[in-house]
Amino acid sequence: MAVLLIAEHNNKELRPFTLNAATAASQIDSDVHAVIIGQNFAEAAKQLSELPVVKKVLSVEGAHYENFTAENFAPVIVKLAENYSHIVCSANTFGKNLMPRIAAHLDTSQVSDIIKVISPDTFLRPIYAGNAFATIKSNDAKKCVTIRPTSFDPCESTGGSAAIEKVDASEEFSNTKFIKREEIKSDRPELGTARIVVSGGRGMQSGDNFKLITEIADKLGAAIGASRAAVDAGYISNDHQVGQTGKVVVPDLYIAVGISGAIQHLAGMKESKVIVAINKDGEAPIFSVADYGLEADLFEALPQFMEELNKLNTIQK
Amino acid sequence: MKILVAVKRVIDYNVQIRVKEDGTGVVTDNVKMSTNPPDDNAIEEAVKIKEAGKAKEVVAITVGEEKAQETVRKALAVGADRGIHVKVDGTLEPLAVSKILQKIVDKEKPDLVFMGKQAIDDDCNQTGQMLSALLNWPQATFASKIDVKDNKLEVTREIDEGLETIEINVPAIVTCDLRLNEPRYASLPNIMKAKKKPIEEIAASDLGVDVSPRLEQLKVEEPPKRKAGIKVANVAELVQKLKNEAKVI
Repeated sequence: MAVLLIAEHNNKELRPFTLNAATAASQIDSDVHAVIIGQNFAEAAKQLSELPVVKKVLSVEGAHYENFTAENFAPVIVKLAENYSHIVCSANTFGKNLMPRIAAHLDTSQVSDIIKVISPDTFLRPIYAGNAFATIKSNDAKKCVTIRPTSFDPCESTGGSAAIEKVDASEEFSNTKFIKREEIKSDRPELGTARIVVSGGRGMQSGDNFKLITEIADKLGAAIGASRAAVDAGYISNDHQVGQTGKVVVPDLYIAVGISGAIQHLAGMKESKVIVAINKDGEAPIFSVADYGLEADLFEALPQFMEELNKLNTIQK
Repeated sequence: MKILVAVKRVIDYNVQIRVKEDGTGVVTDNVKMSTNPPDDNAIEEAVKIKEAGKAKEVVAITVGEEKAQETVRKALAVGADRGIHVKVDGTLEPLAVSKILQKIVDKEKPDLVFMGKQAIDDDCNQTGQMLSALLNWPQATFASKIDVKDNKLEVTREIDEGLETIEINVPAIVTCDLRLNEPRYASLPNIMKAKKKPIEEIAASDLGVDVSPRLEQLKVEEPPKRKAGIKVANVAELVQKLKNEAKVI
């Protein structure tokens, strides 16, 4: 039986991690179908049909799907699940909210946040904030799997031409009402997919001081991250949080500024290719994962860093 | 209103865990254990709602082995009225836990069930959503703000893109984020008082729920270690290394 991938989108276009989830799905079985659920999403459905790994697109449209409420999504996916061996989506807040609801309806024990497909029934996943890796075999007839998007490369985005088939909508779940979504708009790259991330922690001491990080991020074309301490202190909004309960990032370069390196923060960034730590406490745990550590006062180091960057003739973007 | 709050006993968040040499799991003997951090937020929120006169009773429940009862006792010390301990041997998958919680909900008939959004041991992030599916109740996951309005809750959820606000009708499930509130510490007099509060013990086997495992943990291993890095003397050296050695800028 084929694998059913749940596409993530914003009713206009596919969200980028759908491509990473598609790669994981195709490693489970080459026969991948994708379901897209929402309202007025023609362009996103077309993008989905052009992914070469996707063999068929199922499209479910309805006003009650506009805001991606799990209580509305789950019944229609449970019905489709009859024809599939696996249900797959990203382990971001969309998938984390939705997949267990599907799994419970299917009486399936979900495998969360996998980082590797070992075989169609066996997966590798981090536990204890990534301080251990567990190999898990699922003995359920149907498998519900969420994938850590940064552990899989995005699939090719063009060249496919899957048929788009309409599927009947399920009934509306009336006990949950969407009110509003406050998305923080930014011209910077998305934190989850950025090549460079510059993150600030409690050491930044105030929200205003984050402008030191913003400047450098703009110069490098980087996304801005933060530790939980910085978000808790109100220096920056929650969508910037990197860590066990925030976002997991795997950039080419991660610059941690004024971040001590608590276990829960390391969980979100220690797979980054190159890690830089700037901290005035030479004993801070962040130095244990840093390729380049600079023991310095960040209020002196960051302006100097900006100056040095300005001296460079070229900066990779 | 009556609020049921589920709490889990896990290895304390400050402990650097060690993987067992035989690959069967992580070392838990003689390791400090405590309540799963966001479960503390769930208890705190329920107690605050009761203190605001919007709930009559807060019941703390745990599903686990003998010592898991410590987490219920701690919840009683910070304001829960009574406890329930569903006893099981070993660890259960979230699906099994949610089936047990469903049985308890059928019996206790709470208006709200709160719990942490994720346990920091298995990092599954499933139980609340699964319970909500089994009961066909609305779910508000990753809650960072809860307003109780008669028979509705307005909940702000932390999502990847920012914040989302939804309104759910009671009865409902809420899974709590660490930013929901600041959990209080138990005072000594309250710890003493909590010892007199009742905890009902129920054997999981008496609930008639199939809790047999569906997943096999074949192996637990250490993640690959990063190679040791270097300290640089100053910012100029750092930028040169990033440019010429790591070639990332």
